[in-house]
Amino acid sequence: MVTRLEQPRGGFNFDNFQRNVSLEQKGIRIPKPIKTGTTIAAIIYKDGVCLGADTRATSGPIVADKNCAKIHYLAPNIYCCGAGTAADTEFTTALISSQLELHRLTTGRQTRLSTARSMLCQMLFKYQGHVSAALIIGGYDVNGPNLYSVMPHGSVDNVPFMTMGSGSLAAMAVFERSWRKDLERQEAIDLVKDAIDAGIFNDLGSGSNVDINVIEKDKVDIYRNYYKPNERAPKEKVYKFKRGTTPILKESIKDILVITEGVEAMDIS
Amino acid sequence: MNPVALYNHDAPISAAQQHQFDPYEMNGGSSLVIKGADYCLIASDTRQSDGYKINSRYVPKAFKLTETAVLATSGFSADGLALFKKLSQNLEWYKHAHDKVMSTPAIAQMLSNTLYYKRFFPYYTFCLLGGIDEQGRGVSYSYDPLGSYGAEPYKSVGHKNQQGVQRTDMSLDTAISIAKDAFTSASERDI
Amino acid sequence: MDYNGGTVLAMAGKNCVVVGSDKRLGVQNLTVSTEFQKVFPVTEKCYIALPGLATDVQTLSELFRLKCNMYKLREEREIEPLTLANMISSTLYGRRFGPYFCEPIIAGLDKNNKPHIYGMDLIGCLNYPDDFTVAGCAEAALFGMCESLWEPDLEPDELFETASQALLSAADRNSLVGWGAVIHTM
Repeated sequence: MVTRLEQPRGGFNFDNFQRNVSLEQKGIRIPKPIKTGTTIAAIIYKDGVCLGADTRATSGPIVADKNCAKIHYLAPNIYCCGAGTAADTEFTTALISSQLELHRLTTGRQTRLSTARSMLCQMLFKYQGHVSAALIIGGYDVNGPNLYSVMPHGSVDNVPFMTMGSGSLAAMAVFERSWRKDLERQEAIDLVKDAIDAGIFNDLGSGSNVDINVIEKDKVDIYRNYYKPNERAPKEKVYKFKRGTTPILKESIKDILVITEGVEAMDIS
Repeated sequence: MNPVALYNHDAPISAAQQHQFDPYEMNGGSSLVIKGADYCLIASDTRQSDGYKINSRYVPKAFKLTETAVLATSGFSADGLALFKKLSQNLEWYKHAHDKVMSTPAIAQMLSNTLYYKRFFPYYTFCLLGGIDEQGRGVSYSYDPLGSYGAEPYKSVGHKNQQGVQRTDMSLDTAISIAKDAFTSASERDI
Repeated sequence: MDYNGGTVLAMAGKNCVVVGSDKRLGVQNLTVSTEFQKVFPVTEKCYIALPGLATDVQTLSELFRLKCNMYKLREEREIEPLTLANMISSTLYGRRFGPYFCEPIIAGLDKNNKPHIYGMDLIGCLNYPDDFTVAGCAEAALFGMCESLWEPDLEPDELFETASQALLSAADRNSLVGWGAVIHTM
């Protein structure tokens, strides 16, 4: 029983670790965290970068989320695609984006990609690959448009185009076929869309829709569900049940007390 | 290897190596059978996959055995195919020996025997058998890979838990619609 | 997840939500209790469902009760579903390398009575569905049932029937789940 609220300490809590190891040794099946099982892709084009991602999250062979967002915010001019363990990509980017916000408030300058890149790769290196987040950072800063890929162990690469996740081979095949230097904006969007599309249809870990993010100088366009190739066909039958189908053994109805807010004169008698 | 371990004479220098032969693969797929008073509906998807890869988008896994029996498989595709071939051969022999086509309940028993015959090197297939029996009624059987099987006792599926609902037979059109909806629903949530 | 059995679901309808669970507690195949609580009230209009290892279900229910009471005392208002979901999510991620074996579901109405449902994995990866979310032992069967039965804009009574039938049918195909169900309609 919890009897007091512990003060949060920095870093992760390992209290359950030994217990979990012994449970695992006893043969208790451990639930698996949700993976993104992803196709993410990004390219640099003439005057910006274009990021793309599919929207499927998987837990084993089951689709856990049909329309999740894998393009994360880092700074107003920097976004980041995440692949790997879904919670890790979500929390790592949230943590770094909050640190970058504070950094901007102290320095009063626009965040640079290299700052974001260094903070992310130093954090991932610190955890020696156990925080499994594979990221593509894209943005526009004083050095123009740039793209960095960060691996879960903390290695970094500066590239003109990149794909990651389980569908990376399918997406990379499209890039290797059609990538050119200095693409136009719409050409870039189409190419990234085609790359993600290849992942969606040829990799079972990827699926559902295509999200696109375009970052240019002082301008960010977020196209959530830019392309939806997998909309469900309407069902042939309606499966509504008649009221009273389910036997009810016990029923209790609670009335909710609604308190309306307002200023009331204080009783000073 | 840790170099210090070389000087530790209690520890074995190297553990015995174990070699394994694992000839099985899981190719996924789903099949379903709905039986009615005078029909039997067998449906299956056509994708053949291996992990995150798609081997083919069109490899049917439901096979026609006779005019009144269909075998639907899932699991290891090659074993499903081999099993179908074996059953077809047996049915052919039966036809020549007895001058009649084997009845669906008899095929059900034969399928069980065929699976159990390979008890210690099983066919890695999960079978469903659906068809029409000698009286013209719909019949369906489900199997585990070793041949344990059961005829589904219910006329149709999923009417439990309901109060005051009469058990009526489903029409073929309803069954087809439900089968299609079941597959579109499944493909939403299964990779 | 398989050790104690149990499964939960939440569904959203037209200005309403339901959240429910089965009532079984087992130790593998042995049923220990048929009245085990897995859905816990947080406020009048918000519930959390905690499927998974029973010891963690109870530890977490107490922890979240404490945290929500502290929130109410500090802020002098009830916690909103989204705030609650983020609180639970970051609590679980704090134990990234020694997690609780529990996949919580949050369902409730916010201060404008808009329906909210949230699901997450055992290390706190939130997802924000607008139809339904399921977790626990019979997760796969429940996904199939919900995907077939759920449709948009169900009225509270209809939503109750849909959720109950989905839960009971999934429970019928899983030996670690059952002994009736509890459904909360908001």
